[in-house]
Amino acid sequence: MATPAIRMFRRLEGLFCVYKPPGVHWKLVRDTIETNLLKGINATPPQALPHEVRFLLQPSSDPEAPKGLTLTAASVPALSKHPLVTGPEFQHIRVGVGHRLDASSSGVLVLAVGNGNKVLNDFYQTQVTRDYTLEGEFGIASHNFSDTGRIVERSTYDHITLEKLERVLAVLQGSNQKALLTYANVDMSSQEAYEMAAQGLLGPDGKSPPIMTGLRCIRFQPPKFTLEVQCINETQKYLRKVVHEIGLELRSTAVCKGVRRVRDGPFTLRDALTRHHWSAADVMQAVRQNHASKETEKKPRSPAERPVAQTREDRETVTSQGDRQEKLLHHKSWFQHKK
Amino acid sequence: MTMASACVQLCLRCRSPVCTKAGASTWKIYTQLQRCISTTRIPTNISSGLFSTRDHRTVQSGVRWKQEMCYYNGLMVKYLTTEAKDRKQTDELSRSDAVVPQNPLLPNTEALLTTESHTSLADLDAPELSPLEEISSEEAISISVPSIPPMSTTLSDYVDASETLTKLVQLGVNLFKLEQRPNVGSMLLRLDFDREVAPRLLFLKDIGVEDSRFGHIISHNPFILTESLENLEARVNYLKSKNFTAETIASMVSRAPYLLNFSVKRLDNRLAFYQQQLKLSASNTRNIVARLPRLLCGSLEPVKENLQVCKIEFGFKENEIQHIVIAVPKVLTANKRKLTQIFDFLHNTMKVPHSLITKFPQTLNCKFLRLRERHLFLEYLGKAQYDPTQTNYISLDRLVSLPDEAFCSEVALASLEDFDFFQKTL
Repeated sequence: MATPAIRMFRRLEGLFCVYKPPGVHWKLVRDTIETNLLKGINATPPQALPHEVRFLLQPSSDPEAPKGLTLTAASVPALSKHPLVTGPEFQHIRVGVGHRLDASSSGVLVLAVGNGNKVLNDFYQTQVTRDYTLEGEFGIASHNFSDTGRIVERSTYDHITLEKLERVLAVLQGSNQKALLTYANVDMSSQEAYEMAAQGLLGPDGKSPPIMTGLRCIRFQPPKFTLEVQCINETQKYLRKVVHEIGLELRSTAVCKGVRRVRDGPFTLRDALTRHHWSAADVMQAVRQNHASKETEKKPRSPAERPVAQTREDRETVTSQGDRQEKLLHHKSWFQHKK
Repeated sequence: MTMASACVQLCLRCRSPVCTKAGASTWKIYTQLQRCISTTRIPTNISSGLFSTRDHRTVQSGVRWKQEMCYYNGLMVKYLTTEAKDRKQTDELSRSDAVVPQNPLLPNTEALLTTESHTSLADLDAPELSPLEEISSEEAISISVPSIPPMSTTLSDYVDASETLTKLVQLGVNLFKLEQRPNVGSMLLRLDFDREVAPRLLFLKDIGVEDSRFGHIISHNPFILTESLENLEARVNYLKSKNFTAETIASMVSRAPYLLNFSVKRLDNRLAFYQQQLKLSASNTRNIVARLPRLLCGSLEPVKENLQVCKIEFGFKENEIQHIVIAVPKVLTANKRKLTQIFDFLHNTMKVPHSLITKFPQTLNCKFLRLRERHLFLEYLGKAQYDPTQTNYISLDRLVSLPDEAFCSEVALASLEDFDFFQKTL
């Protein structure tokens, strides 16, 4: 028999994503979510106490009664099942965290509740790509590649132009593309490899060093610049290092001022719950929405139905699709070249 | 260990006289008792009485032991005691058809020997009740199956049986939380409601604490039930002598449950510390203590540390600290790291001068994330202007204390969705 709390928990099970603010450890985010969910679940009306039959001692009115003892059967609520005695119905909830974000970075963090943890595992075994925006600044180098670290070097950046930056980015992307093929674990001259590449499925099999599948500059206002990166198996520290290396490549130095994840697999900024919405009700809605979107994904959508890119998030998802097509083209030309 | 083994022996010896009628159930009790003694949960006088008599008068001691065991049960369940007496009577009646002597209270070495040598046989020989045999309802009542385990990790086994615990649950005491604290569970079990709990509750009621707060107070401080009434009275009188009004004392006690568990000397120490360290007037000291009675309960070290942080690290002047503390006493007990984080952001990022922070000390009390996201939002909108002498001034008070909806509509003049979107760009 399912109590209201269990029913509510069943509705919470699944995947959802939150927006992790910068400067907060992901464990704290997870724990906050867990306590909020527990609070919501345990706030459901408790079940009525079961009654049990007990023999109560009655002060016998007439002294003639044998030994002055009469026991009467009475049905009283069993206090041993009272929520104040047994404690709240749920004391722990399994909340799993997807690909981590370190303390100083922000962005989409995927979380799973209950059974969702299994789905989460499967989800990360499929090697999804993630989108990041990196805020960089030329002219400084710090010991941990971020702007909060100890500054170890200063340099000029007047000579850097957008063209030079893009050339460096293109070189970087090219070398990463090569790495992608080496770690793909298929014979490059086979039909299988061609078909996988044509579908855009070519990628590292299991563990691999971080690989950036896409890299471009979306804002260039020296000394500040913003990069957009799609990558696999990355850590935030690696991305900061990439910014640092771009700076060195341009005969200057650069620090990363912020790492922000805007997409993790199918989870985009739009689905992410901000700090004020980390309550059980909002999480339930997000889980349901995620579930519904998965259902609709299974059905093929006609191209005419595809929504026009309006917001920034939309554009980002579209670019990731465009990126895939670009990659596909790249592979085709590569194959022609081989022939 | 010796005690436990002695008990096992004793149990074996006095098993046969009593395991005739209510055989199964009494045997259960004995095995339970063994465990009891090995965990020393029964009063010590039982075991001591037992050891003094065990050499010669084993049967008798066994009987007495049984009585005491009933007493032990009665410790937890009052009404069970009488039933146990009943059961003893039936036992004594049933002894007539058992192999043991008629008068068990007389020491009889012969009987002792027989019972000792035939412990297992006596069990089989005794005319046991068939499980299919029908018994009358009076008999059914007289057979009581003890449902209370002698030891348990949770209080829920005893709640239905113990009058004290039942009443405490009805008061709204969170037993689940209390039983997780060491020794609190057994302390609560040992309490007698009418003699120990009720007078203290009445005392709390007398000083003006509302009934609905009792659950909260006892959930947080169960030890108030073991504090002597004279002590409690002395502490309340002390507070009264310091010119706290009756209502203030009531609200202080209900908000800081541990307040009355501290000695008068300690309370006096605390009050003197705040008055001298902050150079406050008597009425101001009373004021901050009344608003945050926790100050009198906690350790003074973190408070001293916070004062040093304010003075040396933040660079507040003494009168500024005084003003801040009078307005927001919570600054004294706040986490030092969080306080530093907020001040750092206020002073170095938002460029708010000390004088303005002193004017709005509640900014030091707010959440860091909330302050940061609101400031950055205002900065993004070009409205972050906290200087009261210039136009478009936004007061720090409104910045931190308004709820999100009001902040967006009144201060930022933007919609809540915009604020939400903005947070996702941080």
